Amino acid sequence: MKTLSITKTIHDFIFGILPEGVASFVEWILIAVVYLTFFAIAGLLLVYMERKIAAFFQLRMGPNRVGPAGLFQTIADALKLVTKELTITDKADKFLFNLAPYFVIVAALVALSVLPFSKEFHAFDINIGVFFLIAVSSIGVIGILLGGWASNNKYALIGAMRSGLQTISYELSVGLSILTMVLLSGSLQVSKIIEAQQEGGWFILQGHIPAVIAFMIFMIAGTAETNRAPFDMVEAESELGAGFHTEYSGMKFAYFFLAEFINMFIIAAIAVTIFFGGYLSPFGITEALPWLGVFWFLLKVLVIIFLMMWFRWTFPRLRVDQLLTLEWKYLLPLNLMNIVFMAVMIWLNWTF
Amino acid sequence: MKEIVNNSFKTEEYFINMGPQHPATHGVLRLILTIDGEIIKNVEPDLGYIHRSIEKMCERDSYQQIVHLTDRMDYLSSHINNEAVCLTVENALELEVTDRVKVIRTIIDELTRLASHQLWWGVMGMDVGALTTYFYAFRDREMINDIFEETCGARLTMNYNIPGGLMFDIHPNFVKRTKDFIAHFKTKLPEYDRLLTGNVIFQKRTKGVGILTREKAISYGASGPVARGSGFASDVRKRHPYSAYDRVAFKQPLFTEGDSFARYQVRIQEMWESMSIIEQLIDNIPEGEYQTKTNAVIKLPKGEYYQRVETARGELGVYVNSTGTKNPYRLKFRSPGFSNLSLLNEITVGGKIGDLVATMATIDIVVPDIDR
Repeated sequence: MKTLSITKTIHDFIFGILPEGVASFVEWILIAVVYLTFFAIAGLLLVYMERKIAAFFQLRMGPNRVGPAGLFQTIADALKLVTKELTITDKADKFLFNLAPYFVIVAALVALSVLPFSKEFHAFDINIGVFFLIAVSSIGVIGILLGGWASNNKYALIGAMRSGLQTISYELSVGLSILTMVLLSGSLQVSKIIEAQQEGGWFILQGHIPAVIAFMIFMIAGTAETNRAPFDMVEAESELGAGFHTEYSGMKFAYFFLAEFINMFIIAAIAVTIFFGGYLSPFGITEALPWLGVFWFLLKVLVIIFLMMWFRWTFPRLRVDQLLTLEWKYLLPLNLMNIVFMAVMIWLNWTF
Repeated sequence: MKEIVNNSFKTEEYFINMGPQHPATHGVLRLILTIDGEIIKNVEPDLGYIHRSIEKMCERDSYQQIVHLTDRMDYLSSHINNEAVCLTVENALELEVTDRVKVIRTIIDELTRLASHQLWWGVMGMDVGALTTYFYAFRDREMINDIFEETCGARLTMNYNIPGGLMFDIHPNFVKRTKDFIAHFKTKLPEYDRLLTGNVIFQKRTKGVGILTREKAISYGASGPVARGSGFASDVRKRHPYSAYDRVAFKQPLFTEGDSFARYQVRIQEMWESMSIIEQLIDNIPEGEYQTKTNAVIKLPKGEYYQRVETARGELGVYVNSTGTKNPYRLKFRSPGFSNLSLLNEITVGGKIGDLVATMATIDIVVPDIDR
């Protein structure tokens, strides 16, 4: 079967016309540009999608003035944010205050690099892919903590502290639910995980009951990881004004804002990769056309993102102690039992 | 035994200002919170940011003018506020208004209460983090505001009452539109329950939070849904009927839990009761004059007068001390919001910041009513 390898073609082309050192450097730049562009466009489109979906939930029209169906509204908003003054509070820790948004955005960007958009279409495929993903995506919370601490604002500080305890708690559930699926796949490498699903069907079908439990836990914990409602304790606007980014303005605020949407994309992409076969088409209907992989991947991701937006616009917010109760008293024990269940199932060969 | 204190883990209480500009205070109210981590140690409301000395202005104005000032107190029950002053003046003059006026006043009172509770429900959802409720509530409230607009030209501060009756007769469409609204809202109120009331997170946020006992409710002078959520049957419409409330049958919703969820349920039940009251009256509005003529300059006889009405937030009292001139010598409003707010420290201390917000939402304060 002819495999499609966009990255390999470009790689061969660059190394064919340039000396090796220069070629690697050019390749790095190219990858960075591609990912940054994707990052910006995905962020803008997701903000637009969120606003439209929110509008439909709330009996409104949503943005509909700038461009066709309001498509350029988010671009106009981004331009406004770029031109705004970057304010800084008196007696704020200027260095940390300015550093914090970059932590958040870099963490989101790096995590994006191991996700395969299609067969052989990802920045780098390392043998500890899933582990790397979990490790990197939790760096973002450092940015939030720093931003809240350095703002010299009590609301921001409370928001940041809430973020810290929330992310540390729910990290466990995200990690353990992914681990359940790693048991099934037998590999941490993202490409191997997807190959295993090509042969035996999507993991959510292969693993049936424990996989569904793991998926539900992953969705709850993933929503909490991205600090979105009903777990938006960090910026609970009716309690803390705007939470950790109260004092941020202009582009620095936009970084936090975009990072939230990219993190949502990442959580959805992880869910798709380990539960729903990544870029594989459902039941292999377009196996002959591997370039459709990007389409299937993005379609599945958007469905999961829609699910998360659905949560946000219909659920009230939890209280801080209820958030911790949910994690430590319900999700974590369930998760641990689920891992054992999955292991027993694999041992007895009850998987499909 | 000597107590060992580990200083390295010592925590400090600190204070934060919630307000004057804060999304949860629903206006310019400042709460000085003393907080230990997330736990509230003390709440001190600081008032006066929008004090307009309405009571002093009343001493300057004629009785017809005073009616207009009361719109600006609890702007969500403006019609009921107006009625309180009108009833005081009518009682003092021993002026009998026609049945038509009484019935129309009662219908619009209940429409006002519905509009107010709808707005409260939308904002309640927002306070606990469910932003969608706001738009559902405003969809339905819009219909009531349209009815008001057609009736008297204003949507919020209505000025429809005057001493002696109403400013104008009702619009020919009034009966039909009100019936349409009731038919519409009967299908939409269960939607409110489906969206918010039954939600597990919402119930966890409100059940057992901000508990107010019946004794505390009485001793703090709580009224309205706040008191009825604690089992204190305080409804002025039942206890001291005015206008046409003595000729309609309605229940007074009572819950004994005293928590935020009980107060929430009282208001939802009150919406059903308001609809039933309107249904009983709307088909038989008596014919008659919409106004009883009064003198152009109203002079109340020398003496003291007091009238109470039930607004959407509780008992509003109007005390007038007249010396026989065209202005009151002293006029005092007993506003429900002020007494209800005074409970805040009692019922929120020991809870989390999130509890404070949920409790404040069910107390349903309107700040201009507190700072008159």
